[in-house]
Amino acid sequence: MGHSELTGELIPRHLNVRVIAKDNLETFLGGLREFGEVFGPVEKERGAYIYAQLTDVKNVVQDAQRTVLPPKKYLYPQKEELFRFSTQEGYRKPESVDKGRKILFGVHPCDIHGLSILDKVFAGRYHEPRYFDRRDNLIIIGMNCLPDERCFCYSMGTDWVEKGFDLFLTELEDSYFVKIGTSCGEDLVHAQAELFRPVTDEDIQLYKERVNERNKMFVNRVELANLPQILELEYESEVWEELGRKCLSCGACSAVCPTCYCYEVYDVLDLNVETGSRIRRWDACLFKDFAKVAGGHNFREERSTRVKHRFYHKQVTFVEEFGRPSCVGCGRCVTQCPAGINLIDVFKEIRGEKVVHKSAR
Amino acid sequence: MPDRVGFDITTARTGFNTFPERVGLDILSERVGKQDPHKPEPARLVRIDPMVEDHWLFQFRFVEERLNREFSYRPGQFVMLSVIGVGEAPISISSSPTRPGMIELCVRRTGRVTDALYRLKENDLVGIRGPYGNGFNVDKLKGNDLLIIAGGLGMAPLRSLVWYVLDNRKDFGDINLMYGARTSGDLLFKNEIDLLLNRKDIKCLLIVERVQYEHRVNWRGHTGLITDLFKHVEVNPKSTYAAICGPPVMYKFVLQKLLELEFSKDRILMSLERKMKCGIGKCAHCTIGYKYTCIHGPIFTYWDAMNLPEMI
Repeated sequence: MGHSELTGELIPRHLNVRVIAKDNLETFLGGLREFGEVFGPVEKERGAYIYAQLTDVKNVVQDAQRTVLPPKKYLYPQKEELFRFSTQEGYRKPESVDKGRKILFGVHPCDIHGLSILDKVFAGRYHEPRYFDRRDNLIIIGMNCLPDERCFCYSMGTDWVEKGFDLFLTELEDSYFVKIGTSCGEDLVHAQAELFRPVTDEDIQLYKERVNERNKMFVNRVELANLPQILELEYESEVWEELGRKCLSCGACSAVCPTCYCYEVYDVLDLNVETGSRIRRWDACLFKDFAKVAGGHNFREERSTRVKHRFYHKQVTFVEEFGRPSCVGCGRCVTQCPAGINLIDVFKEIRGEKVVHKSAR
Repeated sequence: MPDRVGFDITTARTGFNTFPERVGLDILSERVGKQDPHKPEPARLVRIDPMVEDHWLFQFRFVEERLNREFSYRPGQFVMLSVIGVGEAPISISSSPTRPGMIELCVRRTGRVTDALYRLKENDLVGIRGPYGNGFNVDKLKGNDLLIIAGGLGMAPLRSLVWYVLDNRKDFGDINLMYGARTSGDLLFKNEIDLLLNRKDIKCLLIVERVQYEHRVNWRGHTGLITDLFKHVEVNPKSTYAAICGPPVMYKFVLQKLLELEFSKDRILMSLERKMKCGIGKCAHCTIGYKYTCIHGPIFTYWDAMNLPEMI
């Protein structure tokens, strides 16, 4: 048996792609419950989507825009117990460690990149076991979204993913083109194989048209080239003062950011004053006491210095450390900022480009 | 050999860039045998030395005997100390790795956690994890002269370096120690300083703004500001590393002196302090400009530090 014959017969073409009819998707999601709890975007209020457990798969919004919170909430919860402690025995692992498998449907490319950035942060020499325990148990079904006026993922190189998902769906006419990313993804397809069909030449043609069209839909551009150097040069720029006057220090941008990971650790005593819990909670570098040391000195007392710090950490420090900015261009901070601070405008101003549209306030 | 102290730690960190690309989601294999980096090890407070008001020296031993033997560190590193039920704080190690078996921490009573530490009694349980930070790259310092400049509580981490070099005396050239405090009564590690003053293999210079009445008879130091001591030492900036730790105001004047002496910027090593919650480069509280104090520091060369916008 020759090699060509082998590949021809036993390994069919396009082994890792399938097509599922839109009508079959809900059935598919329902069937996934065999593998774990299924989560996906649902409409919480008009136009506001959140990831929630799909107790009824009919609630899923297949073409949802960005969710309020990114999927990081499933890997790195807003608040979690790190340890139980007692004054007699010290610190030990809490009993309730969330080990269940979760399937997350409808994750956009930017959010998949966001998770891979968090992976890098929590990995390395000081590996974060809680994060990776959950990560190992998270199955990701991505969804190729269409950009709106706040997306700038194209500039951040996060508008597209090649990996980091188990399955990835791209909308065709009345069906989805399904890329199988992992063996686990294939198991999911295999379990309900009757809902899928092989890819035809027409599907491939349509798929190419769709992704080419999509590439033309990105209107926002943030030029990343030399941005760290320009930011260093503009450290004393008035732009930061102006932002400091606008910013409310509410930390909403950090809470909704797929790559923000700052945290706070504190101890809470039980009523017996002998035992208690060590808690970790999301923090935000915009909060006033974020850099305040014991004794009272605050390294970033001024609000403008805190706003500036957030920008510099994402676009300078992180680049130096990990080779890319810790921003995926999802547009959540732009959406949620109550003061109407628009990161795209800020970078344009810093670069000395003309800001075309002024943000809301 | 990279030309910066702490550089080795930086490369450990940038090792992330060479982090093996993940195949699918199979990330389990990379963490076999990894410990929870947040978990404090139980330790007991074995001795309290109330050296100076609100600047006590605390000695700890791990409950697990193996850790007392295996806990090794560099001068200039720190630990995260947990006072159970109150919280955690970063504290630099005052003992020297050349004298293993226990950890000594000189702690100023200044915040919630340290306040609670002062209420503990001998044999009480605490949590310790670490050591963290880069510390002084002592291998790189070897063969050089040292100019150690401590102001106030800055003596706490530098004491570790002093005893390290004295215990490995033949590896180092001339050693000058300048130690400044507000008054003669504020000098930490007084008994040890007396020993150092008598030693021939280290030049120890003390300076205080005011000598207290009861110390006047036997006072063996100077009065004035720490920079006044520079006229009493002879250093060759080409073969000397300067190690500085002190209050922010001290850095400015000491740095000026060192630059006048034409120290190159990477021969000036300074220990910086920030708020920390994790000690492991994650929580981001300790960032200074582009660096994390906890993993890229706390020992920074002046070259690194001058490029950090929020240095002091």
